[in-house]
Amino acid sequence: MKRLASVDTQAPKPGFWTRIAHPGLFLGWSGHLVIPLILLTAGLMAWGLYLAFLASPPDYQMGDTVRIMYVHVPTAWLSQFCYAVMFVSAIGTLVWRHPMADVSQKAAAPLGAVFTAIALYTGALWGRPTWGTFWEWDGRMTSTLVLLFIYLGIIALWRAFDDQLKAARFVSVVTLVGAINIPIIKFSVDWWQTLHQPASVFRLDGPTIAPEILLPLLVMSGAFSVLFLTLHLVRMRTEIVKRRIRTLELAAARAAGGAQ
Amino acid sequence: MRAFLAIVGRDLRLGLRQGGDMLTLVLFFVIVATVLPFAIGPDRSLLARLAPAIVWVAALLAQLLSNERLFKSDFADGTLDVLRHGALPLEAVVAAKMLGHWILTGLPIIAATPILALMLGMDGTALGLAAFSLLLGTPALVAFGAVGAAVTVGLKRGGLVAPVLVLPLSLPVLIFGTGAMAPMVPGASGQAFLLLAALALAAVALIPFAAAAALRIAGE
Repeated sequence: MKRLASVDTQAPKPGFWTRIAHPGLFLGWSGHLVIPLILLTAGLMAWGLYLAFLASPPDYQMGDTVRIMYVHVPTAWLSQFCYAVMFVSAIGTLVWRHPMADVSQKAAAPLGAVFTAIALYTGALWGRPTWGTFWEWDGRMTSTLVLLFIYLGIIALWRAFDDQLKAARFVSVVTLVGAINIPIIKFSVDWWQTLHQPASVFRLDGPTIAPEILLPLLVMSGAFSVLFLTLHLVRMRTEIVKRRIRTLELAAARAAGGAQ
Repeated sequence: MRAFLAIVGRDLRLGLRQGGDMLTLVLFFVIVATVLPFAIGPDRSLLARLAPAIVWVAALLAQLLSNERLFKSDFADGTLDVLRHGALPLEAVVAAKMLGHWILTGLPIIAATPILALMLGMDGTALGLAAFSLLLGTPALVAFGAVGAAVTVGLKRGGLVAPVLVLPLSLPVLIFGTGAMAPMVPGASGQAFLLLAALALAAVALIPFAAAAALRIAGE
């Protein structure tokens, strides 16, 4: 710790981003954010759930099942947002080799997988009463499923490496290739699906959403987004601490006479 | 260009002299395609209808299994380090190795397709479509496999990770490949061929950069 501090004071005048992105300083300033973020998440979630379950009318066609949407749509949006976070972090890892980019990437992957899984699960629950089936080989569902597989593959790749610094850069390559490929997969699945199923399925068209349904949807989307920010921040902090512990353990092992 | 061809030639010689590998791959391809009818049942018309799916799944699996060889032994014995510091850019080395690998794995699979066509009751047109769609699609499969092989090249226990990464990425190849063989809608076949060709060209052009980046990280 002492040595780190001395390095910090020697640095002439670190820029704003340098100060924000230094792992040690990050632990400092992000610590103050955790509790407010948790409170904000809880507040938004409570408001959103109140709106979603009590203060919004059932849909005239789908009845109360429309309330599944208030969880389904936010998680589906986050399933893609997480990948965007991983994509930006992957560029940070490859271009600047920034340790915070590694940590951010690693923290986002399981969150993305979980949000994607929740989106699929709630979609299946919603599909049963409205479409009459849990699973339909619909373009959106299928490409979301493939996205889940990509998340799980990336997590598997993280876990396959002992050296997490090296793993970060391999994962970045895969994340970037995946980012280019995800639109292609989406397009190919849509193409495939329109050939297989010309029959029309239920679609919730954007402009036709009534305002009393739109408001809870927006609040829930905000709540889930803040939830993601909170979890991401906490996971990043945990990862930094874990890495420090590992470094300290290695140093202790060396000091104890591991390397003669 | 001479260095490029030298690497292709070296990989071909190694692949052919080690013998057996190519035959084993073809054998695997044929066996997968004959195991499926045992699961489906000996209904000839049903098999003919499923033939595009069977041919493509067998090709995908065969390709997936062979991809591990792409860089592993060269990485293990240090050849890749030598190539990395040679005059030829690593991207070109990767492209050369992909070409060699495709000649060793893609072409034999295409050559074995008539056997499957015979067993699955495909007619001449269907066989032609199958061979042509595989000709367009296998380079893309090799390219996506190269990413998987490159990022897992240093792993001692990474056997399953690469296929898990590569399979979802290869999905468009499978969709357009089978779409080209069995048009659900008249006229969709040509569209699928064009999309498959576009995908293969883009993958073969762009992926050497990604795979070379991963190999550089592995070599550090």
